[in-house]
Amino acid sequence: MFVVARAELHAPKQEIALLANALNLLVPMSTDDGEFHGPSILEFFPGALLFEGTGFEINRIVLVRFVAVAALILVFWLGTRRMQVVPGRFQSLVEMGLDLVRVNIADDLLGKKDGRRFLPLLTTIFFMVLFMNLTGVIPFLNIAGTSVIGVPLVLAIVAYVTFIYAGIRKNPKNFFKNSLFPSGVPWPVYIIVTPIEFISTFIIRPITLTLRLMMNMIVGHLLLVLFFAATQFFFFTAGGGWAALGVGSLAFGFVFTLFEILVAVLQAYVFALLTAVYIQLAVAEEH
Amino acid sequence: MLHAVLRAAEEGHEATPNPVLPEVYDILWSAVCFVIILAFFWKYVLPRVQKLLDERGEAIEGNIAKADEAQRKAEAALEQYTAQLADARIEAGRIRESARDDSKTIVAEAREQAVSEAARIAASAQAQIEAERQAALVSLRSDVGTLAIDLASGVIGESLADDAKAQSVVDRFLAELEASEQAAAGGKS
Repeated sequence: MFVVARAELHAPKQEIALLANALNLLVPMSTDDGEFHGPSILEFFPGALLFEGTGFEINRIVLVRFVAVAALILVFWLGTRRMQVVPGRFQSLVEMGLDLVRVNIADDLLGKKDGRRFLPLLTTIFFMVLFMNLTGVIPFLNIAGTSVIGVPLVLAIVAYVTFIYAGIRKNPKNFFKNSLFPSGVPWPVYIIVTPIEFISTFIIRPITLTLRLMMNMIVGHLLLVLFFAATQFFFFTAGGGWAALGVGSLAFGFVFTLFEILVAVLQAYVFALLTAVYIQLAVAEEH
Repeated sequence: MLHAVLRAAEEGHEATPNPVLPEVYDILWSAVCFVIILAFFWKYVLPRVQKLLDERGEAIEGNIAKADEAQRKAEAALEQYTAQLADARIEAGRIRESARDDSKTIVAEAREQAVSEAARIAASAQAQIEAERQAALVSLRSDVGTLAIDLASGVIGESLADDAKAQSVVDRFLAELEASEQAAAGGKS
């Protein structure tokens, strides 16, 4: 399916050019002689390390994701290996993280019963996104695992399937009817409302989930690269008075690194929260 | 750079990838990561956390129950103590009451004894007085008789040694005396 879509979209090359153009607008000056290496979209498509050309190709970003998964499992394995009724410091921290999802997302939005049902999924989404976002600011990894479409898309599809499943389970006959034909509306209005509801519920939701996360991470990475590459350029290539500007760009890079940590947490929270909201809307649809 | 990209795009084989279009391996490895993390949370982390939360809830409930138990025991002890105190008060009252009764009885008995003793003393005194009076009367009578006989003997000049005569004279005399006394008493009253 994706291959077909890809072939279609590849045909008009202007699109690619436009996208590249848009991304290159971030770069103030790029010289062809390679003095200043601005950020590029190609950074999200590094060369293959293993199994090149097959469906199992592993490149740097896939490897970064594996590191994130390993870190996640290590943290939660250590945190829940020997749980005590009176928690130690590390266990408290891990519990606090899990409580954020359990209490603030699952229980608050879905209630105790449904919250318990969908808790594994919501917890997985939150911490997978969080850990893969945070690789964007970890030295030597320096790229978010979620900045390539695979992870956001897979999670968005999971959220999409889950909320439709939850709706059908709750209301086998009327889920689609309730979603597409909201009650309390005179029937001619359905001509307008139904297509809008269909597009917003069944098409826009997964797309926005995917793109919001991916674009946040791509832009965050490009900004950081821009600031640190500029710092490198000002200090070592331009030198002299330009070094003063380098101090400024380094400070901005530092500030944006902190900002990226905030964004990483926020995007993870938003993704899990929206998934819960979609499930809640599907489950509570009893107009 | 842009030109390079355009050139690359036109060349076709080294096209700049479109970030919105997923590669198969990208989807595949993302799904693998997702499944691993989901299984980890679902089968390992969350059951343990749930168990812990249950244990913690039980511990809190257990402590509350223990506190309730302690409270109930304290209340029972207090009740028992209060009851004992009330019993002791009643007992003390009862003892006081019986002591008062005893003292009354003792006083009454003592009074009775004293009264009877007094009565006995009075009676014996009376009896003694009466006996002395009788003795006095008897001795008086014999003295008065003798004296009267002596006097009469002297007056009439003859001896009234004859007992029969003397006796009759004395009796007449005494009778007269009594009669005169009675007359005096009757005149007075």
